Amino acid sequence: MTKAEIIDCVYEKVGGFSKKESAEVVEAVFETMKDVLARGDKVKISGFGNFVVREKKERIGRNPQTGEPIPISARRVLTFKPSQVLKNVLNPDKAAVRTKTAESA
Amino acid sequence: MAMTKSELIEAVAERTKITKSRAELVVNCVFDAMTAALERGEGIEIRGYGSFTVRDYKPYDGRNPRTGNQVSVPSKRLPFFKVGKELKTLVNQGLAGGGSVEADHDDDDDDDE
Repeated sequence: MTKAEIIDCVYEKVGGFSKKESAEVVEAVFETMKDVLARGDKVKISGFGNFVVREKKERIGRNPQTGEPIPISARRVLTFKPSQVLKNVLNPDKAAVRTKTAESA
Repeated sequence: MAMTKSELIEAVAERTKITKSRAELVVNCVFDAMTAALERGEGIEIRGYGSFTVRDYKPYDGRNPRTGNQVSVPSKRLPFFKVGKELKTLVNQGLAGGGSVEADHDDDDDDDE
């Protein structure tokens, strides 16, 4: 699935938007999330998951070929934590059990 | 600071000059479409943002770390997100810009629904 298909989906299901407007609103959804994440804030989409910016400290890595230590600078990375709802959708037959046992995951 | 889905809806409404209820339909439609694609096992590619794939995990015997009891973990499918180049750079540039993130900012409130 690409952004184009998401735009088509909005065009067909929401209704009242031209193709161009559908593209603009879908674009706005992702651009808004990008702005928030770029600030270092997280985006929480209930039922889907959380996009979380994590702060990584500087650490010493190694060149795997030579074994030579090289510093890996401090950085920010983005991770996605899927919601339990989404995990259940992907595992329908186990959903009932999983909700009980994986709450702490 | 975090943005929730309802705040995202408000921001999209302002940004595109549509009503909140229209923006709500759009945002829900976007994530419903993405969820449906993942449910089908289909990957999603959003240029400039990132891509999602569904990964299959084999069953394995694990242990409850608290009790040490052996538990069998069944096979499962999980969504996997890979951040896109543009967003990766944007997020990392935030470092220099002195954004609002602190070192352990994320670990205290990772509550999920």
